[in-house]
Amino acid sequence: MNLYEFQAKQIFAKHGIPIPKGELAQTPEEAEEIAARLGGRVVVKAQVLAGGRGKAGGIRLAETPAEARAAAEAILGMQIKGLTVRRVLVDQAADIAQELYLGIVLDRAGRRLVLMASAAGGVDIEEVAATTPEKIARVDIDPLLGLQPYQMRQVACDIELDRALLTQFTRIGLGLYEALMHSDATLAEINPLAVTAGGELLALDGKMVVDDNGLYRQPELARAREMLDESPAEREARQYGLSYVKLDGYIGCMVNGAGLAMATMDMTKLYGGAPANFLDIGGGARADRVAAALRIILADPNVRAVLINIFGGITRCDEVARGILEAFAQVPSKVPVVVRLIGTNEEEGRRLLAEANFITARTLSEAARLAVEAARAGTAAPAA
Amino acid sequence: MGILLDNRSRVVVQGITGREGSFHTLQMVEYGTQVVAGVTPGRGGEWLEGIPIFDTVAAAVEATGADTSAIFVPAPYAADAIMEAAAAGVQLIVCITEGIPALDMLKVVAFVRSRGARLIGPNCPGLITPGQAKVGIMPGHIHRPGPVGVVSRSGTLTYEVVYSLTQRGIGQSTAVGIGGDMIIGSSFVDILELFEQDPHTDMVVMIGEIGGNEEEIAAEYIAGRMSKPVVAFIAGLTAPEGKRMGHAGAIIAGRSGGAREKIARLKEAGVRVAEHPEQIADIVAGML
Repeated sequence: MNLYEFQAKQIFAKHGIPIPKGELAQTPEEAEEIAARLGGRVVVKAQVLAGGRGKAGGIRLAETPAEARAAAEAILGMQIKGLTVRRVLVDQAADIAQELYLGIVLDRAGRRLVLMASAAGGVDIEEVAATTPEKIARVDIDPLLGLQPYQMRQVACDIELDRALLTQFTRIGLGLYEALMHSDATLAEINPLAVTAGGELLALDGKMVVDDNGLYRQPELARAREMLDESPAEREARQYGLSYVKLDGYIGCMVNGAGLAMATMDMTKLYGGAPANFLDIGGGARADRVAAALRIILADPNVRAVLINIFGGITRCDEVARGILEAFAQVPSKVPVVVRLIGTNEEEGRRLLAEANFITARTLSEAARLAVEAARAGTAAPAA
Repeated sequence: MGILLDNRSRVVVQGITGREGSFHTLQMVEYGTQVVAGVTPGRGGEWLEGIPIFDTVAAAVEATGADTSAIFVPAPYAADAIMEAAAAGVQLIVCITEGIPALDMLKVVAFVRSRGARLIGPNCPGLITPGQAKVGIMPGHIHRPGPVGVVSRSGTLTYEVVYSLTQRGIGQSTAVGIGGDMIIGSSFVDILELFEQDPHTDMVVMIGEIGGNEEEIAAEYIAGRMSKPVVAFIAGLTAPEGKRMGHAGAIIAGRSGGAREKIARLKEAGVRVAEHPEQIADIVAGML
């Protein structure tokens, strides 16, 4: 789960990292009031979970409250990478002397956290890493010891930070580590970490990615999820414990297992189709879950065929077939459905489904081919 | 006879009295696995179908000589369960549980390594040496003994590939699911090294997916250090950037983790990369 800038910065502040004074606005009037309260120059920033906000015109400077209002008016409702801006953050503008980068990220292959810093901040750090990797200082964090102050001092020396900022910088690095650990985050990033004209460090932007597996013990963050721009389909999927991602294609996919679900999507592409979604229904195929999955898939108006691929394994396929039949009884539809079942009693499962007018397949490639054909024809026999 | 596991392995099941734990314990026993003990704190002294239950892994190991653990403990308690197994001297720890926080796993992996134990998973189907034993949740009947080692980040996709191998009469030495999480105990390279050394494995099938860069690291290892042929498949060519595809580890972040890059690196390393899972068996059949 990605956090918004304002959420990340609030967490940073709780861990002693200095952030600009600022408040969240949902209307131009609110933005104007906030700007008046803060006084002086402000920056109005689109709160949306996408990069490239600045280039898209989602970040504007305002000299007066009236200008802040106008800026908010322009930004609210704006589309950035397909996402609608519903909130802006109005921050006191800082006098920036230098922009640094400071981030902690999970190194999966190394099985540890890595802290990275650069004197070339404010830009895409992946770009810096790719073109001028020598400008990035990194330290590995021992999982059993955590980040130590000496490591921050080393990093400060490596990026040739002004000695006067050493103590502040160390404190901010340790605060960032604490913020990450306390939030079950796999990434916490300050970019830019500004050196102000007054010689202070200030986190002007913040990014955090929270591990979904940690949300059970992060009740505040789990509630914050409600603020995310989650579609109704995504919300329903989450409530049923289904893993769903909407895509742009027209073949609805329902599969047990994430890897197999991706392979099934890829297979539809290989046969000239395009997957409408990723959907992993998890173990077994209980009727209520299949029904929920089906409702979610069919709510997408682009879907012209449904491809169900279940590797039953230990689960009996005749039971899976009954689950599917029960689910379709609850969610009637005219969209053609191709089902492929593998596992114990698969012949019996296929027979039950064929009787009910489903298109059945024996292999994954056959299923993908049939689904693409059915979607193109648009006339295949409707499901029961 | 494959790697890591055979019919002499002595297995303790942690979380044996839970719904999943008890069901899969009986499945493992039916397949021929020696399940010698179970652990559920507070249920020591009870029995499950003739298998003694202990309060702690240490007690189970002392009484039964268990050397392998299968963990079915719910996510909030699973990291602790892995550490308990490592502390008790269990050599091979297989964690099936899905949903353990990544930050917990960092500590757990460091601890397991310090104890000289090996962890498979978490969030994995486990491993099976066909005809010998299985520790995990995979359907045993789709496997058959043979010369092909299988290593994969996924569950049902592995079954799919194994099934098509078996259907063509191609057996497996051992099939290992290393897990779909961001932080896992054993990497592709860890398992490839074992297959490379195993006299009963002639070639290896590797099933990867988007996210992370373990496939790229494996490609490097295969190019430099591996003599046995490897056939691969990478799932997720159609996955968009920034969206988690079910597995915690299956997410393309910025420039890393895309399927195209992984496929390119593997091909450069001399790996035959299948376009779809069913093609793997065709390629393997042509190479054996």
